[in-house]
Amino acid sequence: MKERTLRGKVAVAGVGETAYYKRGQAPDAEFKLALKSIKAACADAGISPKELDGFASFSNDRSDPSRLAAALGCSELRFSNMQWGGGGGGGAAAVGNAAAAIATGTADCVVVFRALAQGQFGRFGQGSQSNVVSGSFAHTIPYGLMSPAQMFAMKVVRFMHDHGVEQNALRSISLAAYHHAQHNPRAVMYGRPLDEDTYDNSRWIVEPFHLYDCCLENDGAAAMVLVSAERAEEFPHKPCYLLGAVGGSHYRAGASVHNTPEYASSTFPSLAPHLYDMAEVTAGDVDVLQCYENFTGGVLMSMVEHGFCEPDECNEFFVKERFLAPGGDLPLNTSGGNLAECYMHGLGLIIESIRQIRGDSTSQVANSEVSMTISGPMVTPVSSCIFGGETTL
Amino acid sequence: MNPPYLNSGLPQPLPAPDGLDAAFWQGLTDEKILLQSCCDCNKWQWGPEWICHHCHSEALTFTEVAPEGIIYSYERVWHPVHPALKDQGPYLIVLVEIPIADHVRLVGNLLGDPHQDVIIGSQVQAVFEHHETEQHPFTLLQWQTIN
Ligand SMILES: [Zn+2]
Repeated sequence: MKERTLRGKVAVAGVGETAYYKRGQAPDAEFKLALKSIKAACADAGISPKELDGFASFSNDRSDPSRLAAALGCSELRFSNMQWGGGGGGGAAAVGNAAAAIATGTADCVVVFRALAQGQFGRFGQGSQSNVVSGSFAHTIPYGLMSPAQMFAMKVVRFMHDHGVEQNALRSISLAAYHHAQHNPRAVMYGRPLDEDTYDNSRWIVEPFHLYDCCLENDGAAAMVLVSAERAEEFPHKPCYLLGAVGGSHYRAGASVHNTPEYASSTFPSLAPHLYDMAEVTAGDVDVLQCYENFTGGVLMSMVEHGFCEPDECNEFFVKERFLAPGGDLPLNTSGGNLAECYMHGLGLIIESIRQIRGDSTSQVANSEVSMTISGPMVTPVSSCIFGGETTL
Repeated sequence: MNPPYLNSGLPQPLPAPDGLDAAFWQGLTDEKILLQSCCDCNKWQWGPEWICHHCHSEALTFTEVAPEGIIYSYERVWHPVHPALKDQGPYLIVLVEIPIADHVRLVGNLLGDPHQDVIIGSQVQAVFEHHETEQHPFTLLQWQTIN
């Protein structure tokens, strides 16, 4: 085994989340939501929150680790880490950061969490409400380019143009998410199925995104507790091991004002091979996939860049039936994901990926041993990770 | 002078306080497109940065390019996310590449019918949209197709 790897060195002790609420409707303060999700993950693991000695998050989470450790009465704090970058790009990277701390002996019991109360702190999907703007945003906002959907749609337009991708490819992603949400009582869209006609007749947000191509906006929190792999058998659930995690982006992905050289991209081309290299699996080994969808177009490019499909074959590959659990050959976003379960900046996708290994998903895939999550295609750096069951070690 | 493409009330651009893009905004006021290039290796880059990404020289300058480019991508926006655009209706944003400047790209609006078919790869010409009566006057760089 390679010495410099995370493969098989870290296991999941427990996962937890608060109830998921529509944006602005959480009854609790954001910090309390964070505490509740961490308590839930510890309860799932059967440990006391006082055993936590590390905290990792992403997307500029506002719940400060020192305050969390004090509020939870943690006996000591040994690791506190923020993955740079907004949006959902850092979800899997935060897992990787926590795992690195455990694998190197920096900390023993690290919680990865994300808490969001947009009612308390303002909304993501809105444009700037200030009357002047400078820096890179001065070159976009005065032209009416300001929301996340608008920032991303031009990349997807170019990708679809280059590869002849049709709208139905995006629709399949959305339909699969809503299908799975009907089996998931936690999902905000539970009891609200979506069919082809409803999708087709829904309004445009920005072409090529219909309403149902866009993620929810929610309040809530989610957390997972990671420990050293030697302890994997101590916890109530079937062991789930981290096989690999990577965070980054390709050449000059951060060039401002839409100047990334390889523009029509989720910025994974150089990164995904590192993930497979560390995890020692290929795309063909993946049993179930959670792929971040702030907008469906990102799923197209992220999956192509992770080698699931050739860019010119998207119309044949992106069909709903392939993505449905349990029978499809690549079940996708099996909790409902950001479109239909909850938008927790994608941490819910990682928890679902773990549930698929433990065998307790609401849309369980049979014999799921290799479970991948791709985090955030839009805000760089992006990240992805793979969990595996015992047979993969 | 034609009215601005978008309804008024959107945030207005100010040159960055650190001076990084001041020459660009002054250029637009003078109806010129000035983009950043390197005095040492002649590479172009956009948005502007403090050093050249290619040779790391700090000797950067702003060089005028012809007011024309090629549509690299576009989007038609329907859902208004800013109160100023509530009654705007659909509008077009284009990403325009400047081939002679190492294909750097600029964001603007595509003037004319917002329902028009937009062809990636088609040639466009710059239109300087002056906002002179504002407290901090500014000019936006818009585009129109060449027939
Ligand atoms: Zn240079």
